[in-house]
Amino acid sequence: MTAASPVTEPAQGTAILPGQGGWTGSLSDRFWRNPKLLLILMLTPPVLWLGIIYLGSLFALLAQSFFSIDEFSGMVQYELTLKTYGELFRPANLDIIIRTVSMAAIVTVAAACVAFPIAYFAARYARGKWKALFYIGVMLPLWSSYLVKVYAWKLILAKEGILTWIFAKLHLTWLLEAWLAIPIIGGYSLSVSYTGTFLVFLYVWLPFMVLPVQAALERVPGSYIEASGDLGATPGQTFRHVIFPLALPGIVAGSIFTFSLTLGDYIIPQIVGSSRLFIGQAVYAQQGTAGNIPLAAAFTVVPIVIMGFYLWGAKRMGAFDAI
Amino acid sequence: MTTAVSFSRVSRHFGAVRAVDDVDLSIAEGEFFAMLGPSGSGKTTCLRLIAGFEQPTSGHIEIFGTKVENVPPYRRNVNTVFQDYALFPHMNIIDNVAYGLMIQGMGKAERHKAANEALELVALPGYGDRRPGQLSGGQRQRVALARALVNKPRVLLLDEPLGALDLKLREQMQDELKTLQRKLGITFVFVTHDQGEALSMADRVAVFNDGKIQQVGSPQDIYQRPQSRFVADFVGSSNVLEPDFVKQLTGKATYASLRPEAIRFVQSDGHAATVTGSSYLGGTTRVGLALGDMRINALIAADQVVPQNGAAVQISWQESELHLMEDAQ
Repeated sequence: MTAASPVTEPAQGTAILPGQGGWTGSLSDRFWRNPKLLLILMLTPPVLWLGIIYLGSLFALLAQSFFSIDEFSGMVQYELTLKTYGELFRPANLDIIIRTVSMAAIVTVAAACVAFPIAYFAARYARGKWKALFYIGVMLPLWSSYLVKVYAWKLILAKEGILTWIFAKLHLTWLLEAWLAIPIIGGYSLSVSYTGTFLVFLYVWLPFMVLPVQAALERVPGSYIEASGDLGATPGQTFRHVIFPLALPGIVAGSIFTFSLTLGDYIIPQIVGSSRLFIGQAVYAQQGTAGNIPLAAAFTVVPIVIMGFYLWGAKRMGAFDAI
Repeated sequence: MTTAVSFSRVSRHFGAVRAVDDVDLSIAEGEFFAMLGPSGSGKTTCLRLIAGFEQPTSGHIEIFGTKVENVPPYRRNVNTVFQDYALFPHMNIIDNVAYGLMIQGMGKAERHKAANEALELVALPGYGDRRPGQLSGGQRQRVALARALVNKPRVLLLDEPLGALDLKLREQMQDELKTLQRKLGITFVFVTHDQGEALSMADRVAVFNDGKIQQVGSPQDIYQRPQSRFVADFVGSSNVLEPDFVKQLTGKATYASLRPEAIRFVQSDGHAATVTGSSYLGGTTRVGLALGDMRINALIAADQVVPQNGAAVQISWQESELHLMEDAQ
C-alpha cells in the first residue's frame, strides 16, 4: 500500500454542500428552481426595445404612407387613402423603383459569383493562418468608415483616377472608352456611370455575402463531396447536385443582405453614379426638402414588399430545406 | 482466382508521417477482407487509396488488373460506405440511394425502381420518402449500404461501418453483412479496429500497425498463430510470455503467445502464480495473474470458482497451446 494521500483518502463530510450565502447565492438557487423567471428577466428588455421602439416606430412610419399630402398647402391630410401609393406608379417614381431593383438584383448576382470561390476556399482549404488572413481580409473593409471607402472609390473611378491610368498603361484605353460609350451603363467617366455605382455597391456589400456562404459551406463535411465522387459524379456534377444545394441557404442569407442593403442605400448612388435617383435618395428627398412624409413612407414600403416576395419565393424553391 | 485489388510496395506519406509504408497486399475477387489495426495504423488510408481519395506517394495499385494511378474516384467501379454514412441531407432516402444511377443518366422511374429494390435488400422497404435526419443510426447505415450496392460495384469498401452502432445492432449487422456478401459475391474490403468484428466476419484479415502490415491470414491463423508480439497483443489479447521464461520451458529464447482461455487452474504440478484481480464478463470471468514478473490474463468459465484476490494458485496449459514467435521483436 502506498502512503495515504489527500486524493485516495475516503470522502468525508456531508452529502449536501452549504449554500453560497448572500443575495447572489439565494438568487442563483431561485433561478435554478424557476428557470422561467430567468428567461423573463433576460427577455424583457430586448423584447421591449424590439417591440415598442424598433417595430413600433417602423409601423408609425408605415402608417404615414396611408395618409396623403395636400398639393396646395403642402400639409399632411390625416385621412386613410391609397392615393400616395398611386403616386408610386407615376412614370418618374416607377423609374426609380425599377432602377433600384435592377441594380440590387445585379449587385446580388455579382456578389454571389465573386463571393462563392472566396468562401469555398476559406471553408474547404484555408486552415490556421490562412483562415485568419481570410477573416481579416473580408472583415477589414467593414472596420473602416463607409464614407471614406466610397470617396476613395470616387477617386479610383474618376476620369483622372487610378483605373484610367492603369488602362492607359496597359494600352487598353480603347476598351474603357468602348465600355463608357455603351448607353445606360456608360457615361462621361466611371465615377458618374451606373457601372461605377455597381462596382462600389459590389465592393461595399461583398463581406455580407462571403460570410454566410462560408458558414454554409463550412457545414458541408468533406465526406459528402467524397461520397458524391465515389458514386460516379464528376466535380461539376458534385457541385451541381451536392455543394450548391447545400450552400443555397447561405447564398440566400447573403443575398438578403446585399439585396436589401442596395435597395435602401442613398449615399453611394449620390457620390458615385449618374444624378438619377434611387429609392433611398427618393425617400431622403421626399421627407427632407419636399416635406412629403407620406410619399417617403410609401417608398419605404417598396423594399419591404419586394423582400417579402423574395423570401417567399426562396422558401418555395426549397432554399431553406437544408437548414 | 482473379485478383480484385493488389498493392505493390505502396506508400502514402503526409509530410514526415508515413501513413502507409511499403505495403504489399493482394485481395481476391469475392473475398471478405478485413483491415484491422489501431487508429493511425494506416488501414483507413489504404481504403482511401483503393477508393481513389488518396494517391500513393510511391508504388502501384491495381484494381482488377488495371493500374489506377491518376484514375479519379468517379471513374472507379468501387463504392464506399463511409464511417459517418455521408448521406446527403437535402435529398430523401430514395434520391440518396438512386444518386449514383441519376449521375449515370438513368431515367427517374427506372432508377427509383432499382433504389427500391436496394432498400428491400437492406430490409428498409418503404423508407424512400423520409429524410436522412429522420432515421436512426442503424437505418442510416443500411441506406449507405444500399446507396453503394445499387451501383453494382466490383469492390465495396466499408470504413468502420459498424463503429457508431450499439452492441446488439452491431452483432445483427455483422451477420447481415456477411450474408449479403455471400449472396452478392462482391469483394468486400472492411476497415475496423474491433478484432472481434474482423475475426467473425472476414475470410482473411490483414493486421496493420504503424503503416505496415504485420500479418495477413485467415482469422484462425491470426488468432492462433500470431507472428509478432503486436498481433498477439492486439488480436484476442493473447498473453505474451518473455523469452527468459519460454527458454525454461522449451529451450528457445523467444517470445511466445498464450491465449487466456488456454490457461487452466490445477492443484499441483503447475506454474506458481498470484491472483491480482478478476473481472466478471458474463459468460466468462477474466482473472489477472502475476507469473513471475509477467502480468497475464486467464479466462475461466462462469460456472467455475473464481480464486480470491491475492491467492497463490497453480496454472498449467497444454504444450501445443504455447505458440512461439520466432521473428518477434
